[in-house]
Amino acid sequence: MISEKRIILRNSGVINPQSIEEYIDAGGYKSLSSAFASTPEKVVEEVMASGLRGRGGAGFPTGIKKQAAADRDTGKISYVVCNADEGEPGTFKDRIIMETNPHLLIEGMIIAGYSISAKLGYIYIRGEYYDSVRRLQHAIHQAYARGYLGNDILGSGFSFDLEIKPGAGSYLCGEELTLLESLEGKRGYPRIKPPFPTEKGFWDKPTLVNNVETLANLPGIIGHGSSWFRSSGTEKTPGTKLFSVCGDVKKPGCYETDAGVILNDLINDLAGGTSNGKPWKAVLLGGAAGTFVPYSFSGLSLCYERLKEQGATLGSGAVIVIGNERKLIPLMQSILMFFRHESCGKCVPCRVGTTYIHERSLEIPAAGNEARISILEEIVNHARQMAKSSLCPLGQSPILPLGTLQIHFTEMIATE
Amino acid sequence: MDQQEIIAGFSPDKTNLLAMLHALQDNHPQNYLTEESLRAAASHLRVNLSWVYGVAGYYSMFSLQPRGRFIIRICNSPVCNMMGSSGLIDVLGSILGIGAGETTPDGLFTVEQVECLGICDVAPAMMVNRKVYGNLTRKSLEAIIDELRILQNKPE
Ligand SMILES: Cc1cc2nc3c(=O)[nH]c(=O)nc-3n(C[C@H](O)[C@H](O)[C@H](O)COP(=O)(O)O)c2cc1C
Ligand code: SF4
Ligand code: FES
Repeated sequence: MISEKRIILRNSGVINPQSIEEYIDAGGYKSLSSAFASTPEKVVEEVMASGLRGRGGAGFPTGIKKQAAADRDTGKISYVVCNADEGEPGTFKDRIIMETNPHLLIEGMIIAGYSISAKLGYIYIRGEYYDSVRRLQHAIHQAYARGYLGNDILGSGFSFDLEIKPGAGSYLCGEELTLLESLEGKRGYPRIKPPFPTEKGFWDKPTLVNNVETLANLPGIIGHGSSWFRSSGTEKTPGTKLFSVCGDVKKPGCYETDAGVILNDLINDLAGGTSNGKPWKAVLLGGAAGTFVPYSFSGLSLCYERLKEQGATLGSGAVIVIGNERKLIPLMQSILMFFRHESCGKCVPCRVGTTYIHERSLEIPAAGNEARISILEEIVNHARQMAKSSLCPLGQSPILPLGTLQIHFTEMIATE
Repeated sequence: MDQQEIIAGFSPDKTNLLAMLHALQDNHPQNYLTEESLRAAASHLRVNLSWVYGVAGYYSMFSLQPRGRFIIRICNSPVCNMMGSSGLIDVLGSILGIGAGETTPDGLFTVEQVECLGICDVAPAMMVNRKVYGNLTRKSLEAIIDELRILQNKPE
């Protein structure tokens, strides 16, 4: 029987999220002083040494990104942007952090700002997260009043301002370059990558874009050191990870464990097991832009390296459990509907492709067994073409769930 | 609040556009962006009306058409869908007599079918204006609508 390992969520549900005093009493904002006692370069080195990887989906090493953002000296203007758009179906962990411990994110943002010598940071939050916005806004006011934000923070000579910007209902705006477009007051159409945000980001200046959970890890790393951080998780995915477990489980919720936790331990020991107590049929890891795994993967360790070996992804940490009585075809149709809905329409392969594969999927239920297999094959081939020719990662995503559905569940789809 | 007062609360910086449109829309009793409000936003930020229009039209939370007092955003993304949201959209349809994207003739309710709201731990889920409702069933949905009808004459 495993239990949670709460580092990010250590104070969640323990302290009042709207009280800066309680956060400080629990050791909050101490890491900020530690950062100021050191140099920005040393802070970047510590994050590099920690091996922290981005928690927004791609798993990119955070230290390297910081280095890249800090390296450029184009007039010394740079920005830190927190990606709190959290639109991936099945994912709600960032909301939990923001609602239960907003000061942790703020402290992480200030440390990130200091490490790349940025003077301004933005938290871009999806428009529907009213409670997160409210709590963070309140916490930011408190942080200003206490001198943790603003001019010459704690007498360090470092000044940093922090603002919240709402999104307005677009999954694509969670993609970092599209997010920056949206932040600049534009429609959410993606930019061509490269250049990466660390080279040419917000208002074309070097910009560090990190996920909420990634930033929330910084106070721990700076306060306790990189080797402490490495004492959790695996060698290649150090630290803890927040998992959003939902679907057919008894206790859906956000659970924090060592990265590398065994899939079935997470489902059975923390999420209370499947709703009907029977072994699950499938798990969709990482959301709509994630991968399906069959029950034979139940002993899999949830870390970037193991999952990659198995052709699966961790993505945002969504763990969508699909019970043994569920049908996979409606789920597949729902995923394709999602992409169809969220495609921005800027490039042809994705605009036409997302509509086409969704419509084809609607024909599956009425088809015979053999025909189902060939429709699935056609959809998968189409998604593969889209992955090659689409302009941005959204059009490159449908192949992830579709390809893994085909590999593991063709037979079930033919007969269900 | 008066439209100009709302706009004056934002510095004339393009990064404020989305927040400003939210504020203008929330202030309108019919939860939408009028042409007049788009013009006012454009002139405050010194950008073309077409820019603001394009932005307002792009994002799904903004509406250029009048909507109801209560915006029911029901999630139909994969997790909620699997947990039964399509059936709930039908239930809403039978209680309110409207489909997704429509507004009741009395101007009270608008139903919108949306993608994941980030509350999948309580799927199937929805939001009514700023409030979250989860673990929905036919029964709870009926009760919520009744409650909102009673609430209609009180301020939120
Ligand atoms: C379509 C799409 C949607 C995304 N949505 C999010 C999101 O909601 N939150 C997030 O942190 N990253 C999201 N990402 C990943 C970001 O592009 C980016 O990798 C991330 O913000 C980097 O932060 P990290 O290095 O801390 O993970 C999305 C990517 C794509 C392609
Ligand atoms: S791949 Fe899809 S979402 Fe991305 S630019 Fe093309 S149409 Fe837009
Ligand atoms: S899938 Fe409905 S709230 Fe996430």
